[in-house]
Amino acid sequence: MLYLKSLLIHLKGQMQYKMSFVFLLIGQFLTAFSAFLTIYVLMQRFHTVKGFTYPQVLLCFAVVLLSFSLAECFFRGFDTFSGIIANGQFDRILVRPRSAVYQVLCAKIELTRLGRLLQAVLVMVYAIPHSGVIWTADKIGVLVLMILGGVAVFSALFVLYAGICFFTIEGLEFMNIFTDGGREFGSYPISVFGESVLKFCTYVIPLALFQYYPLLWLLDMTDKVFYAFTPLIGALFWLPALLVWRLGVKNYVSTGS
Amino acid sequence: MKAYMSFFRIRFLGGLQYRIAALAGVATQLAWGGLYVLLYKAFYEADASAFPMTFRQVTDYNWLRQAFLTLLFVWMLDRETLESISSGAVAYEVVRPTDLYLMWFTKNVAMRLSRAVLRCVPVLLFAFLLPAPYGLSLPAGIEGFIGFFVTLFLALGNVVAFVMLLYIASFFTMNPTGLRVLMLSLTEFLSGGLIPLPFMPPLLQKILEFSPFGAMMNMPLRAYSGSLSGPALWTGAALQVFWLIVMAGGGRLWMGRALRRLQVQGG
Repeated sequence: MLYLKSLLIHLKGQMQYKMSFVFLLIGQFLTAFSAFLTIYVLMQRFHTVKGFTYPQVLLCFAVVLLSFSLAECFFRGFDTFSGIIANGQFDRILVRPRSAVYQVLCAKIELTRLGRLLQAVLVMVYAIPHSGVIWTADKIGVLVLMILGGVAVFSALFVLYAGICFFTIEGLEFMNIFTDGGREFGSYPISVFGESVLKFCTYVIPLALFQYYPLLWLLDMTDKVFYAFTPLIGALFWLPALLVWRLGVKNYVSTGS
Repeated sequence: MKAYMSFFRIRFLGGLQYRIAALAGVATQLAWGGLYVLLYKAFYEADASAFPMTFRQVTDYNWLRQAFLTLLFVWMLDRETLESISSGAVAYEVVRPTDLYLMWFTKNVAMRLSRAVLRCVPVLLFAFLLPAPYGLSLPAGIEGFIGFFVTLFLALGNVVAFVMLLYIASFFTMNPTGLRVLMLSLTEFLSGGLIPLPFMPPLLQKILEFSPFGAMMNMPLRAYSGSLSGPALWTGAALQVFWLIVMAGGGRLWMGRALRRLQVQGG
């Protein structure tokens, strides 16, 4: 399969600079580590926030970080898409007999981003037994669903970002609020930021759908069973993202090279 | 001296050209700042007695940090400087009859100032207009006002002197990115970029306040609201001067050694 082939090429390519790869991996790990330290320091001082304990916040942190790093690793091509447009590389993509989305997906796979993933896994290993959840098969299933839903929402955000690049040519720094901001502030259950932010993250950018609502169900803080399935609704965010992307491709005028 | 003034002017005026980028940056900083305020509000509601500063001091800290982000965060590196090291273009700069350290220092200060000029006014305006505990309040008296400006410029000096050390370190390795990312994220945390130093465990706070990290944004952002005042403020400012001299002096010596064994590859 083509995707596996390009994955292998990226792996081999990045392994040519082993020291740099290791340093970047550690660097990524440590960047995420300062986010963890922040939570640690604040939660040691305050113990709870909006009714969530330290391990419960960590569980949330780990889910968001895990899905973000997966999305960033495999959808990096969309995140850096403004570069592909600016240097005219997209013209080459258009003349090839494969879909553009698929090719951009293959164009960049950044495995160093997995440094964050490692950290997310470590934090999750700590949080899972301490969060007070009685882990049964259905709860484990929902946890997996949360992570997959998160990957879907974050990757859709990257695609949306790339779609907007068709119109602006440059990358839009503003979109960082949703991607990087979603990662940083998503470390806490969204309800911490109050009613209006929660509404925004439910109906506009569905960050809360894979994070806050299913977390409530995991922690037995709600009896609404459908909260467990909200990550699936969140995954629908791919539809508007793809729509913007399609519109962008249709209106694409080459910037030349 | 005149040459360095020109370098300053070129970079400063050049930086002022990117207005749309600045506007997008402002929007990002406002959203980011707003979310921080909401986060601390939630913690305040969780346990007000565990707050080491008043809520107003925390929001002041937050909004000033957003407004002067480009002055105070170490990760605002100058791409031109980095590229000249990795591409070897630095060779041209070395043969000029100017002091490379001073030149880069002025360029970096100019780059940061030009970005700050474009961004700080809208952020400050927005923060002033927000309702009472959430927005930016007036400075804590004359001392807070003067203390803020004095320590802000000293902090800028410390940040740039620190960043210079990172540039110089790039001379010694072919692959500086990893090390740089590592240092930057650590410094962001240790200097109070993520949480104000008073929120940290007491021992760590003490150590950091005496370290160069405490001489960065910690000083001006706390001086403004009176979280640091009186003798504590002015000994802090003295420490800033001390670290500035140590880091800039050390950096200049180190750069001299780096240039002596500089090898430029290719041509």
